[in-house]
Amino acid sequence: MTVLELLGSMGKVTPGDLIPILQEVQNQYGYLPQGVLLEISEHTIIPASRIYGVATFYEQFHLEPRGKHIIKCCRGTACHVRGGSTLIKDIKNELGIDEGETTEDLQFTFETVACLGTCALAPVMMVDDKYYGKMDAKKVKTLIAELRSAVKETA
Amino acid sequence: MQQFNITMNDRLLAGRSGQTILDVALANGIEIPNLCHDSRLKPTGSCRLCLVDVQGQRAPVTACSFQVQDGMVVETDTPDLRSLRKTVLRLLFYEHRGSCTTCDDNGECRLQQYAYDYQLNTDVLDRPPLPSVPNYTSGNEAIDYDPNKCIRCGRCIRICEEVQMDSALTFRERANQVEVSTAFGMPLNESTCELCGQCISTCPTGSLYERAAKERGQCKDLVRTTTTCPYCGVGCQIDLNVNHRTNQIVRVTSRVGCVPNDGNLCVKGRFGMDFVSSSKRLTTPLVKQNGTFEPATWNQAIELIAQKISETKSKYGADAIAGLSSAKCTNEDNYIFQKLFRAVIGTNNVDHCARLCHASTVAGLARAFGSGAMTNTIDELREAECIFVIGSNTTEAHPVIGLAIKDAVVNRGAKLIVADPRSIDLVRFAHLHMTQQPGTDVALINAMMHVIFSENLHDKDFITERTECFEDIRAVIQSYTPQQAESVTTVSADQIAEAARIFAEAKTASIVYSMGITQHTTGTDNVLSLANLAMLTGNVGKESTGVNPLRGQNNVQGACDLGALPNVYPGYQSVEDEAVREKFEKAWASTLSPDKGLTIIEMLHAIETDDIRALYIMGENPALSDPNLTRSRKALEKVDFLVVQDIFMTETAEYADVVLPSTCFAEKEGTFTNTERRVQLVRKAVDAPGQAQGDWQAICQVAAKMGSPMQYENAAQIMDEIASVSPIYGGMAFDRLDPVGLQWPCPDRDHPGTKYLHRGKFSRGKGKFHPVQFIPADEQTNDEYPLILTTGRQLYQFHTGTMTRKSAVIDQVSPTGYVEIHPGNAKRLSISDGDSVEVATRRGRVTTMAKVSDIIEEGWIFMPFHFAEGPANMLTTDALDPIAKIPEFKVCAAKITPGQ
Ligand code: SF4
Ligand code: SF4
Ligand code: SF4
Ligand code: FES
Ligand code: FES
Repeated sequence: MTVLELLGSMGKVTPGDLIPILQEVQNQYGYLPQGVLLEISEHTIIPASRIYGVATFYEQFHLEPRGKHIIKCCRGTACHVRGGSTLIKDIKNELGIDEGETTEDLQFTFETVACLGTCALAPVMMVDDKYYGKMDAKKVKTLIAELRSAVKETA
Repeated sequence: MQQFNITMNDRLLAGRSGQTILDVALANGIEIPNLCHDSRLKPTGSCRLCLVDVQGQRAPVTACSFQVQDGMVVETDTPDLRSLRKTVLRLLFYEHRGSCTTCDDNGECRLQQYAYDYQLNTDVLDRPPLPSVPNYTSGNEAIDYDPNKCIRCGRCIRICEEVQMDSALTFRERANQVEVSTAFGMPLNESTCELCGQCISTCPTGSLYERAAKERGQCKDLVRTTTTCPYCGVGCQIDLNVNHRTNQIVRVTSRVGCVPNDGNLCVKGRFGMDFVSSSKRLTTPLVKQNGTFEPATWNQAIELIAQKISETKSKYGADAIAGLSSAKCTNEDNYIFQKLFRAVIGTNNVDHCARLCHASTVAGLARAFGSGAMTNTIDELREAECIFVIGSNTTEAHPVIGLAIKDAVVNRGAKLIVADPRSIDLVRFAHLHMTQQPGTDVALINAMMHVIFSENLHDKDFITERTECFEDIRAVIQSYTPQQAESVTTVSADQIAEAARIFAEAKTASIVYSMGITQHTTGTDNVLSLANLAMLTGNVGKESTGVNPLRGQNNVQGACDLGALPNVYPGYQSVEDEAVREKFEKAWASTLSPDKGLTIIEMLHAIETDDIRALYIMGENPALSDPNLTRSRKALEKVDFLVVQDIFMTETAEYADVVLPSTCFAEKEGTFTNTERRVQLVRKAVDAPGQAQGDWQAICQVAAKMGSPMQYENAAQIMDEIASVSPIYGGMAFDRLDPVGLQWPCPDRDHPGTKYLHRGKFSRGKGKFHPVQFIPADEQTNDEYPLILTTGRQLYQFHTGTMTRKSAVIDQVSPTGYVEIHPGNAKRLSISDGDSVEVATRRGRVTTMAKVSDIIEEGWIFMPFHFAEGPANMLTTDALDPIAKIPEFKVCAAKITPGQ
């Protein structure tokens, strides 16, 4: 579905429809491409600035392409005291990217969060919706290698 | 509207329904601290600083958003409120980093003022700023945004959306990362921003500031002088903020509440003042010797001028001398200039550039109504039910009037009809956009009247009581069916009919037009047609209606009013009327010529035939502004003696024998008359450079040397003389013009001025219908010149760019000229956006840059005329309207070829 078809399927578009539109775009593209948002602004009365404001306000929206797997690592206190910061470093090393970035092959996005809510398992990381507790450098290596080969197999 | 009684701090105050507590307080001099409030914006109540107690309310309310009610009892300053506000202020200061000591806004900043008023503890002040990271204003010449000083009040975002209606700005991110930004953080000049600077004007802190004003003087040390903008005819009131240590204008501000612009400006008024202190200003008189200019003393220069003019007069007669007065100069300058020509030299050969913009308005509206000016007031547009904009790119050429139109449509439900060959920005707001082929306006308007008449939508009572000669136009409009008009104008018959109905059915309909109507060989006809349309529907002589020509130059209205025209004395009194002439002979103690003088283009043509031998030009640039430039420039080259009085060595001044350095608007006292007939004060803010002198002062010296001294102590004295000879200015006097000016006609000192014309009775008695037939444009396309070229202006530049092109801000967004061409035409000619192309007509050729855009229809091309490199007027035709003698700048046949 192109942007125009998408908008066409929604009837008369008002600024109140912005969030559902953005959700739909994100479903399709995995993120909110700038060009698509500008096109939406052009075909509706919603200014590009407003779209951008909303897209950056809600955590659910992403303006950059996202990896197939989202890796989150905790930087909460409990994790921190049990080597959370080393864990973050290990993951970064393994993926070759910084926080908030996505690998070039669009396989992994790495983010840190305040607390993953499973402090008992500290240090904790999360891949997509699965938790991995009591992590260390070796485990990270294996986990990411596994994910990589799984990716290759499906490819 | 209901009147309310309100008790505030034990004072009994009057209020109205719809007012907020803050409105009533401010109107009565009661201060309530406020940071997110601006009377131009809808209240949001977000900063929570304006908390007040209202009897009966459990908790304090925000004064800026709480509406008053009858009998309301309010306390604005209790110890509890003070301590609450102090807490709010402390929280606000957590958003703020930086020190007032080094901030430009010191003295103006509201946050600083309240920190003092509420004696905040120093722990929150002066926190070190965070290192700066690039934001949407980085690299922008106009505006600088410093997030360290931003208190996230949102005023900048709201004004951009609600007043300017550009929506360039937004908050981005959330929580403690919130910042002002454009969409995607794109550079300001790539966003929808128009650089109006309204966001700076509303920012309560130093967060948004003019980049070029930084470090050139803190607000507390700047002296503000209120004066009138020197650019377009809107006549915005501006405050020049001057640092007297450097004698420089540091920034331009405008007071919220001022008339007619309420603190709003456009890019030219706000960022276009660099020219004043430009190093290219003329500072000494120059006399040409053997082809080069040599500096001279004022005495030598004046002597030479007086001697040459006297010589020419005795050899060839007074009518061999001609003068171009100036729509840039003050009313007083213009009055004295025409007085020199009429009373001292003895000829009516005085004209000015109104000939090139609104001569057809003056001629047409004088015939139809008896008075050739905007009938109504700018502010009335806000309340019109229908606004018909034809041939005016209002948001670019008269931006602040554009704001009023947008307000009417967006906030008050007005219906906007735009008739313009280009998709101008107003089209975004229009109910209907008709793209008539350039030069076919009469057919379009006649067909609208055809529909109105055949559907019985005309105002019969108005026609019978207020007008004459209706029978004359009946047959004519009956013959213009919309179907027939469609074939001429390319606008569909349905659209024409719909426009006619919207216009006729509105209770109040205003017509707004400009050079798209006037600059045609049928300019006078076009104006007469609009006058017919207004009278047919009873839309004259009432509030929020009328025929409203928007005047281009800051003082083109005044230059016309003051008689810088070859056929009338000041106040539109005919030079051919004997009684009038006797009156002026007496007032000026001189014998006056009974013959009409020559118009601009006629003067230039008369140079070719040796009928004009000497030309005196004050503040005009015909070497760039006149049509068919090759021919105009030849005339300037040929004339025996040419005097140019200007602030710069213009393209025209290069041809002069003597050049006199003048003062600019910021260095003189006087008045301008804006497009709504409002006479407004011009005040001196800085000292003139070098030996530059005022225009009327220079002319008086010439008169004295010629043996007819004219002596005035100041501009106010000249205005008194104007009032004594010109009935429409009869009540004008400097002491009456502060702060909002006076609109003519104003016959005597007790008269309050006139908001709209022709109330109850037309200036000429009855409004007169004129039958007008469609006549095609003078030049038609053919195989060799297949495209229609139309010319105009753009937001950032003004006229020949003598002033705007000195601004770094403007140069950044509008560095050079271009030609707009439709993608279809461009493709067939293998032209891409940005290519260098050659545009040619039967008169000349210029090289410029192609801007491929569907803003313009197929087959038509558009060029702005501001640029000396690739000047559009090399191409335009000097075919004239037979009545008004205005040239057809808006239509000629052209071709485009790809450049190298
Ligand atoms: S300068 Fe005007 S248009 Fe540009 S961001 Fe500021 S308010 Fe908006
Ligand atoms: S830049 Fe100024 S106006 Fe805009 S949000 Fe910040 S403080 Fe308010
Ligand atoms: S709208 Fe006209 S008068 Fe107002 S600031 Fe702009 S140029 Fe000056
Ligand atoms: S601190 Fe890491 S999961 Fe709570
Ligand atoms: S001024 Fe009232 S809440 Fe900001």
